[in-house]
Amino acid sequence: MAKIIVVTSGKGGVGKTTTSAAIATGLALRGQKTVVIDFDVGLRNIDLIMGCERRVVFDFINVINGDAKLHQALIKDKRVENLFVLPTSQTRDKDALSQDGVERVLGELSQDFDYIVCDSPAGIERGAFLAMYFADAAVVVSNPEVSSVRDADRMIGLMASKSRKAEQGASIEMHLLLTRYDPERVEKGEMLRVEDVQEILALPLLGIVPECPSVLQASNVGMPVVLDDKSLAGKAYAGTVARLMGEDVEVVVPRLGKRGLLDRLLRRSA
Amino acid sequence: MADSLQQQRHIPSVLDDSAPFQLRGASLTLLTLKLVAPDDPQFFPGLAAMLGQAPGFYRNAPIVLDLSPLVRARPIDLAAFCVRLRGLGLLPVGFQGATVEWEQAAEAAGLSAFPAGRATDQASVRPRGAPLAKPAAARVVSQPVRSGQQIYAPQGDLIVTAPVSPGAELLADGHIHVYGKLRGRALAGMGGDATARIFCKALHADLVSIAGIYLVSEQIDQKFTGKAVQIRLDGEKLVVEALG
Repeated sequence: MAKIIVVTSGKGGVGKTTTSAAIATGLALRGQKTVVIDFDVGLRNIDLIMGCERRVVFDFINVINGDAKLHQALIKDKRVENLFVLPTSQTRDKDALSQDGVERVLGELSQDFDYIVCDSPAGIERGAFLAMYFADAAVVVSNPEVSSVRDADRMIGLMASKSRKAEQGASIEMHLLLTRYDPERVEKGEMLRVEDVQEILALPLLGIVPECPSVLQASNVGMPVVLDDKSLAGKAYAGTVARLMGEDVEVVVPRLGKRGLLDRLLRRSA
Repeated sequence: MADSLQQQRHIPSVLDDSAPFQLRGASLTLLTLKLVAPDDPQFFPGLAAMLGQAPGFYRNAPIVLDLSPLVRARPIDLAAFCVRLRGLGLLPVGFQGATVEWEQAAEAAGLSAFPAGRATDQASVRPRGAPLAKPAAARVVSQPVRSGQQIYAPQGDLIVTAPVSPGAELLADGHIHVYGKLRGRALAGMGGDATARIFCKALHADLVSIAGIYLVSEQIDQKFTGKAVQIRLDGEKLVVEALG
């Protein structure tokens, strides 16, 4: 049985899709058979970030509607063994997702895969609801600023009350991932500190991904940033994946160097 | 079947006239002595004077102590009290209208409990054997209350042992206690109870309200920000007070 992980945030633009791609790729690099599913029906993105947009023939909605078999829609990654993408439809909307259909597809994937990463759309409507509903674990992505923290908090509350786990009296295992963390702006007080965010969200910290030009460069060429193992963001995601798999790796809080560069990383435990 | 079992074991039936005893219910009239102020120095002299008016009538009269006026008083030594009553020729046999504490004191003095009679103040005393009129159980929440969540404790208190996030809403007909940071909104006394209060360990609330009267954060003196406070209603005005 696969472990179903939802990557969610409430707010848009915080880095859910980048994170989904990075985590799925990172898990596959560690030998886990992984599929990443795009729940953002109508705003298809994960295939771009994964660099497989030209290879999409059938999609998640086709499978839900029974127009295609799962194996026809799954796209195998060309770089990483064990990595698959289930893209979504660009022409439909979120109403095309049915709860039964999602459950059936997840059930079928569970037979074959170790991890299923669900890339949630922004918002708290149908797409986001179904992305988290069947999850075993959640990676809550937030930027260090108030509105994204507030929306993440709302999403955490929904997962704690409206998910299938919650209905069964259990709870989704939730992790906090801070993205687009800019130590310079944190120092200036323009961004929230890690402790401030953690105090409000009260979740264990899975990782901190610094604001990094490599993220944009990687998406432009359709490569999950975790494959750029020289970049700060790539390293941060590699650590994130390790912790997600239960390894005891310290969270690195990005710090400013003496010349105002991210050239020095201080290690500290979260 | 039940009859034959009883016969075999020689258990006397309550209807069996040949049994060596008979157990039957009876309804008897007893004197009750209502204790309004048992520690008043005039209590025993006054009682003795009253009994002296009809000594034959009260001699060795079994009496029941009516403790209902004392529901809010601390129990006295009823054993010593009963000794003095016997000195006056009365035989205290039981009590009624007791609170749990008084009940313990009375049972320690060898008195037995009598059901509250019609003469007692029904409102202040629980009927013997019936559970205490239970206020609605407080609702206890130990998970963080997230933005967009609304938690309501109908007819009772709401106790939150975790932080409350901005954009969350706590509602209670009774008091609200937050043993964590209170951000978001807290509305106590929703049913109109003006005696309801809000207690919190660290005040960061966007809005607080009691019985419909509210303050938004900018109306609250900044010196209370982050402090442990209680908020209560004084007339038509909400008062914030530091705790501890």
